[in-house]
Amino acid sequence: MRAYLVRRFLFMVVGWWLLSVVVFIVIQLPPGDFLTNYIAGQEQAGTFLEREEIESLKLYYGLDRTPIEQYFYWAGRFVVGDLGRSFGSWRSAEQPVTKILAEVLPFTVILSTLALIFTFAVAIPIGIYSATHQYRPGDYFFTAVGFIGLAVPNFMLALLLMYMLFKYFDITAGGLFSPEYALADWSVEKVIDMLQHLVVPVVVLGTAGTASTMRVMRGVLLDELGKQYVITARARGVSERKLLFKYPVRLALNPIVSSTAYILPGIFGGNAIVAIVLSLPMTGPVLLTALRAQDMFLAGSIVMVEGALVIFGTFLSDILLALVDPRIRQERAVAA
Amino acid sequence: MTEEQAPVAAPESGALTDEDVILELNDVRTYFELDEGTLKAVDGVSFAVRRNETLGIVGESGCGKSVTGQSILRIVPKPGDTQGNIWLRRNGETVDLASLHPSGREIRDVRGRDIAMIFQEPMTAFSPVHSVGNQIMEAILVHEDVSKQAARERAIEVLSQVGIPEAERRVDALPHELSGGMRQRAMIAMALVLRPKLLIADEPTTALDVTIQAQILRLMQDLQKEMGMSIMFITHNLGVIANMADQMIVMYLGRVVEQGSVETIFGEPQHPYTQALMESIPRIGLTRGERLSSIAGTVPVPLNPPEECGFSSRCPKFIPGRCDAKVPDMIESSPGHHVRCVLYE
Amino acid sequence: MATTSLEPTTGSGVSVREFTEEEQYYVASQWQLMWRKFRRHRLGYASGVLLLLGYFFAITYDFWIPYDFTDRHDKLSSPPTRIHVIDANGTWQMPFVLGTQSVVDPQSFKRTFVEDPELVHPIGLFTQGAPYKFWGLFDWDRHFFGVEGTTIHLFGTDDLGRDVFSRTLSAARISLSIGLVGVILSFVLGVIIGGISGYFGGTVDLLIQRFIEFVISVPTIPLWMSLSAAVPITWSPLQTYFAITIVLSVVGWAGLARVVRGKILELRENDYVMAARVAGAGNMRVLFDHLVPGFMSYLIVHLTLQVPSMILAETTLSFLRLGIRAPAVSWGTLMQDAQNVSVIAVFPWLMIPGLFVIIAVFLFNFLGDGLRDAADPYR
Repeated sequence: MRAYLVRRFLFMVVGWWLLSVVVFIVIQLPPGDFLTNYIAGQEQAGTFLEREEIESLKLYYGLDRTPIEQYFYWAGRFVVGDLGRSFGSWRSAEQPVTKILAEVLPFTVILSTLALIFTFAVAIPIGIYSATHQYRPGDYFFTAVGFIGLAVPNFMLALLLMYMLFKYFDITAGGLFSPEYALADWSVEKVIDMLQHLVVPVVVLGTAGTASTMRVMRGVLLDELGKQYVITARARGVSERKLLFKYPVRLALNPIVSSTAYILPGIFGGNAIVAIVLSLPMTGPVLLTALRAQDMFLAGSIVMVEGALVIFGTFLSDILLALVDPRIRQERAVAA
Repeated sequence: MTEEQAPVAAPESGALTDEDVILELNDVRTYFELDEGTLKAVDGVSFAVRRNETLGIVGESGCGKSVTGQSILRIVPKPGDTQGNIWLRRNGETVDLASLHPSGREIRDVRGRDIAMIFQEPMTAFSPVHSVGNQIMEAILVHEDVSKQAARERAIEVLSQVGIPEAERRVDALPHELSGGMRQRAMIAMALVLRPKLLIADEPTTALDVTIQAQILRLMQDLQKEMGMSIMFITHNLGVIANMADQMIVMYLGRVVEQGSVETIFGEPQHPYTQALMESIPRIGLTRGERLSSIAGTVPVPLNPPEECGFSSRCPKFIPGRCDAKVPDMIESSPGHHVRCVLYE
Repeated sequence: MATTSLEPTTGSGVSVREFTEEEQYYVASQWQLMWRKFRRHRLGYASGVLLLLGYFFAITYDFWIPYDFTDRHDKLSSPPTRIHVIDANGTWQMPFVLGTQSVVDPQSFKRTFVEDPELVHPIGLFTQGAPYKFWGLFDWDRHFFGVEGTTIHLFGTDDLGRDVFSRTLSAARISLSIGLVGVILSFVLGVIIGGISGYFGGTVDLLIQRFIEFVISVPTIPLWMSLSAAVPITWSPLQTYFAITIVLSVVGWAGLARVVRGKILELRENDYVMAARVAGAGNMRVLFDHLVPGFMSYLIVHLTLQVPSMILAETTLSFLRLGIRAPAVSWGTLMQDAQNVSVIAVFPWLMIPGLFVIIAVFLFNFLGDGLRDAADPYR
C-alpha cells in the first residue's frame, strides 16, 4: 500500500512538472513576446510606459535570457506562490494573478466538487437500476436520457435550461448571487442563495459525466452479474439483493473511482464554459478574457492551477481506489 | 402431496415413494426464449438420485447437462425458464423445487444447505475482492443464526478438512493468492460446510492438471463417505464417470438417451450415441495404426429442434421413416437399463 | 485414469460437401460478418445512411441553399418564413410564401413581420440565384429552391439579415468535416504511439503510459482554449481550420493510444503472432501486418464514437470565438449570436444550428453503437 501511494504521489509531482512545461509553452505561443504585446496594448489605450518600467519588467520576467532560463524563472516563482501580474484584462485593473485567483478559484472548486458529487449521486443508483432492469422501459428511458446528456454541448444545455426557466418559470438564472446578496457579507442566507444559483450549473456540468458514469456502472454490473462468482454465491443461498450489493456493486466501484480521473478534467473544463454562459464569477470568464487579450500570465496560471488541482484530484481517487480494492492494497494489481 | 401425479416417464420410482430417493426430476424442461426461437437446453429429463449414491451425467458440450444441474437449484441464467417437477425430500416433506420462485426465500433455503454446487472454474468462482473465508462464512451466516466468530471457526475447520494446510492463515487469503488446486479445494469446502445431502459437481476437475484432478476426485470420494451425501457428477469425461459414479445418465441434445448403472452401460452400451462415445476412448489393446474413432459431425444447436431423435443426423444406424418420425420413447431394455432408441422398441 | 475429451471433433471420414447456410457463416470474412450484423442493427444502419446523406448535402451545399451564406437581406432578425399551401380563398396551392412588411411596435419598439396575403410568391425549384462555383469546378447559378420578388428564410435571419438556413447548411461543411479530419489525425498519432507502447512493452510502455495518463488528466477545454487562442489572427480560414484540427487531436490521440496498446498487449500473446515471428517477420511487419488488422474493426468503432466529441469541441471553441473565424462558418460560430438568454428568448431560431450539432452527435453515437455490436464477435 505504501509503495503504491508513493508511486502515485511521485506520478502526481511529475504530472505537475509536465503540466508546467505545457503551460509555459502555451504562455510563449502567441507571436511576439507578451511584454511587447502588453506595451502595444497599453499604448493603444493611451498609456505610455516609462523606459525604466519596461526595463524592470524585462528583468522580472527574465526576457533577456534563454527560454529555458525563463522557464525556471517562472516555475521557481510559481512554486513560492508568485504567479506574476495580470496585464489588466480582468476588470481592467493591473493586479497580481494571485489576487484574481483568490477571488474566483474558491467558487470554481465548490462548483466542481458539487458537480462531481452530483455525478456520482445520480449515476450510481441509475446505473444499478438500469443493470437490474436491463431492456425494460426504465432502462431504455435512462439510456435515452444518457444519450441526450452526451450529445448536447454543455453551453447549449446551459442556454436551454436558462431559456426554459425564463420562459416557463420567469426565473432569470445566471450569476452566483441575487442582487441583494451580491455585496452583502457572508451569512447563512447568502450561502443558501448561492446554492440556489448553483443548481443549474451543477446540473449542466454534471450531466455529461453522469451519462458516461451511468453507462460504465451499468456495463460493469451486467458484466459482473454474469460472472461465475455471483452464480456460486447464488448457489449457496445468498439473496439477490445481497448478491448485487456485496459483490458486483463493490467491484464496479473500482472502475467508477478510476473514472474520476476522466470525469474531473471534463468538469473543470466544462466549468469554463458554463461559467461564461451563466456569467458566474469563476475561472472560465477570466480565462476567456485573458486569452482574448493575450494576458498570458493570467491565462497560463489558470490552466496551471486548474490542471494541478485535477491531477491532485486524480491522486485522491488513487487513494480511494486503494481503499476499495484489496488487490491494490496488497500491491498485486497489474499496473492500471 | 404429489402421490397421485406419479410420473409416467420416470423410471423405477414414483414421486419419492422410494425411501432411498432424495431427489427426483420428472419431465424437466428448461427452455430459453431467444429472438431466434426457443432453445430447448433441457427437454423432458427425468431421473432420480438416491441416498449416498453418485450419479454421473455425461455428454458433449451443449447437451444440456450443466443446465440440468442449474435447473435443480433454479439458477438458470435469464431468459431460461424451468418447467416440470423437481421433487426434493426435505425434513420429511417433499418440495417441488420447480414450483418455487427462483429468487424466493424457500429456494434460497435449499441452496447451500440441502443441495450445494461446485463449478468448473475455480479461478472465477470466488469474488476477487473478498477473502476465501469471508465467502465460506457467508454460506454459514446466510443459513444459520450463529456469530461471526463461530462461522469463522467452522470455515477454518472445513478448510483443513479439505486438506488446505495452515487453514487459520489461508482463511483470510484472497482467491488469487491460492493455487488452482487449492482454490478448487476451497470451493469444495464452501459447498460442504453445511453438510448438504446432495452435491452437484459441474465439471469440477476439467480446469485442473491431471495429477491435481486425481487428488480432488479422491477428496470428494473421501468426503462423501465421511459426510454421507449423494453426488451428482456432471462431466464430459467418461474416465471420471467410470471411476466415480454408481449410476449414470447419457445426455444428448437436452434429452436422456441412456440410463443405468455404470457397469451395465460400460459393459453393454445400447444407444448408438453411447456406443460411439465408448469407441472414442483410447484403450490398451488397440492395434497399431488403427485410428481412434470419432463421431462425425457436431452437436446441433437445440434451437427449435424437429420432433425426431436428436442423434439421427449423426447416427450410423439411422433408419429413415422411423428415427425422424418422432422422438423415441424411453424403454427399459433390461432391468435397470433404459434407452431412448427405436432399435430396442 | 483415461481422460477422454468428447468436445466436438470433425470426423476424419467426412466427405467434402457444399457449405450449408450455417457453415457459410463460419467461413465468411470478419468484414462480411460485421456488415451482415450491422445491417440488422436498424438504428445504427439508419444513422449511417442519414450521416452519408448529411455529408452529401454538406459537400454539395451550394446547390441546396437559396442564398450565399454571407448575403445580407433587408429583413433583419426575421423569424422563419412561413410556407403556405392554402391561399386566401381557402383552396390548395403549390407551396408559396407571402410578402411581409416590417412593423415596429410604437410602445415596445419590438419589430414584427406582418404577412401581406396579397403578395403571393410561389416557391420555385431550380431557380436562378446567386452565382457560385460548384466544387470550384464550374460556374453555376441554379439553386434547388427559391422565390422571386421576396426572400425565403426557412430558419429566419440573424441580426445582419443573413439567411440562417443557408448559413447552417454551409457550416455543415466545416462542422462535419472537422470531426473526421481530427479523428484521422488522432488515429495516426494514437496507432503509432499506442502501437509502439503495446508492442515493445517494458520501459517504453511505462513511460508512454504515464504520459498518456498525464495528457488525459489535463482539463481539455482550458488547454484547447489556450492553444486555439494562440492561432494568429492573420491566418487564413483554411490555416485556422487545420490549426484547430491539430489542437483538437493534441488531446484526442491519448484515449485511442491507450485502446490500441491494450489490444496489442492482448493480441501479441496470441499464437498467430508467435507463428509470424517464428517465420521471421520483423517487428514492424508483425505490428502492422498481423496486429493492426486484428483490431481494426475495434478501432473503427472507437473512432466513430470519437467523432462526436470532436464536433462538440469545435462547436464549443467556435462558440467562445476561439475557433473557426469569420467569414468561415461552422455551427459553433453561428451559435455565437445566441450567447445569452435575452437573445434566445426573442430570437429562438438562432438556436437551430445547435440542433444540427445535437442531431449529428446522436447519429454518430448510434452509428458507433451499431458498429460496436456488429464488431463484437460474441454477440
